[in-house]
Amino acid sequence: MPPIIELRDFKKTYKTGEIEVHAVRGVNLTVQAGEFVAVMGASGSGKSTLMNTIGCLDRPTSGTYLLDGVDVGRLQRDQLADLRNQKIGFVFQGFNLLSRTSASENVELPMLYRRPPVPAAEQRRRALESLTKVGLGQRGDHTPNQLSGGQQQRVAIARALVNTPKLLLADEPTGNLDSRTSIEIMGIFQELNRGGMTIVMVTHELDVARYAKRTVVMRDGRIVTDQAVEGMSSAQEELARLDAEQKAVNLAP
Amino acid sequence: MIILASIRLALRALRRNLLRTLLTMLGIIIGVAAVISVVSIGNGAKKQVEAQIATLGQNVILVLSGNVSRGGFSMGFGSAGTLTQPDLEAIRKEVEGVEGASPEVRAFSQLAYGNQNANVQVSGVSADYLGIRAWPLKAGENFTEQDVRGATKVAIIGQTTKKTLFGDSDAVGQSIRIKNAPFTIVGELAPKGMNMMGSDQDDIVLVPFTSALKRLAGGTSFRSISVQATDAKLVPGVQHDLDDLLRQRHKIQDGRDPDFLIRTQQEISNVATSTSRVLTVLLGSVAGVSLVVGGIGIMNIMLVSVTERTREIGVRLAIGARTRDIMMQFLFEAIALSVIGGIIGIGLGAWISGRLSGVMGSPTVVAANSILIAFGSSALIGIVFGYFPALKAARLDPIEALRFE
Repeated sequence: MPPIIELRDFKKTYKTGEIEVHAVRGVNLTVQAGEFVAVMGASGSGKSTLMNTIGCLDRPTSGTYLLDGVDVGRLQRDQLADLRNQKIGFVFQGFNLLSRTSASENVELPMLYRRPPVPAAEQRRRALESLTKVGLGQRGDHTPNQLSGGQQQRVAIARALVNTPKLLLADEPTGNLDSRTSIEIMGIFQELNRGGMTIVMVTHELDVARYAKRTVVMRDGRIVTDQAVEGMSSAQEELARLDAEQKAVNLAP
Repeated sequence: MIILASIRLALRALRRNLLRTLLTMLGIIIGVAAVISVVSIGNGAKKQVEAQIATLGQNVILVLSGNVSRGGFSMGFGSAGTLTQPDLEAIRKEVEGVEGASPEVRAFSQLAYGNQNANVQVSGVSADYLGIRAWPLKAGENFTEQDVRGATKVAIIGQTTKKTLFGDSDAVGQSIRIKNAPFTIVGELAPKGMNMMGSDQDDIVLVPFTSALKRLAGGTSFRSISVQATDAKLVPGVQHDLDDLLRQRHKIQDGRDPDFLIRTQQEISNVATSTSRVLTVLLGSVAGVSLVVGGIGIMNIMLVSVTERTREIGVRLAIGARTRDIMMQFLFEAIALSVIGGIIGIGLGAWISGRLSGVMGSPTVVAANSILIAFGSSALIGIVFGYFPALKAARLDPIEALRFE
């Protein structure tokens, strides 16, 4: 079985007028199936470029990127779109749900672009299944503005999962959430990871990164640290601890 | 993504912003309604003219006698009596395919019955006249060839004249005085209504043209002869033969202007409808301009919509929409806007033309082809004016679009 992500001497250079910006200056990274990787780094470190490339939204300037054995560098725009549709689930910082559109319709969205097309009944069934996985099986007909931030992010995760991707790609998934909700979302990620889902997540918060199994730190377009997380946090335990603390000050029943 | 899904997607997007959708459609609605109602008025006018031309009779060719010039002023065709009774007989005998021919001698005369008086147009015609004009009798009988030959004092009376002189009582068999000569009424015409110029065709009395020449009009010539061909296909041939015959009889050399004028019913009808057609085209194109303005309105709103929904487009691209999918989504939105607007416009236009026909007292005809054209052009407008915004949306870079605030 090939690794899910295999980057070899990946470089990305942007041209802004006369000046060449070397966003990524040679990265080797391999992510095997079932890993949970947190990518960290200050802004300008090249982590966004790395994520865009991993997400097949962009192609390397030089070097190769194999996603699940497919050489991404050779693909055209529409082929990239198909690859994203089949192999990658995206979770964004700002949720990016369609407003005034029900949760289940939002979750059905990736199936709209699935080739061959998914029958409508099958779409609804899979959307419900996906929503149930993130604990929102009862809220399918709610629109985003009727849902809390955490619930909206869960809908976004359900949307990312609905096409059974090989890779879940999360860009600052807890950036817009409070600490407790962040832990809940990390709980979902850990649970999915336990079920075999490969996850790559960008974050700048150290304590969020501690829910992953492996951290990759970038600086100036290079990977400076790549190590397993020691003393990985368990979202389940953290939540239990929080509940106990809140009970102590009568915040929770 | 299949087309049906694109349509559903477009309709859902339009429903999300109902007020804006309706306002955007308004341009197309008004444009289409304007085109439909203007064209329906034009069609109605044309139908009316054609119906009136048809009252002239079927396959009729009109021969008008030549015009006379007095001091440089042309008095118009029919002012000089160049057509005579021998001409009429020659036409009957020598031209093939002639069903019947009738001259018309007009004399505006004083009529009297009992103590009732009327000033009425008395037309001297042949026995063929009623057949040529497809004018049935309501009572009594037509006069005969013998009556024509003998210049008998018989008359057929029109509905309006009959009402004036006789009221509701029977006219047939009664005797009226035309210019003090007693005429026996042998027939009563069925009502025919107004002609193109709006004058009452039923205010008339028909007498044998011989009697009219002898007792009412004087002279020996006719202002016109109506000739009926036996079949529509024979009309051009008959027209040609009439021309040859009359040129020969009137000794007109080749290349000289004849002293008569031959017009087929079709030619008369063409002249009469061309004015209304020009007007319809003119007004229709003004209305068409408003359709284009409506299309520009759609393009404007679609451009705004693409900018507003940049992030949505980014998400769609990220989760696997192809360029074509995004293109179709926005193109179908524009088409849905213009087509739904077009349908509403057709309904509104039909309603307006219905109301207009009531107000103006003339019929309007909403033709199927004008509906099809309006529908087709609104769909075309959607495609044309939706294309650029859709292209703009489809060409967005997913990374840029996702970062768009």
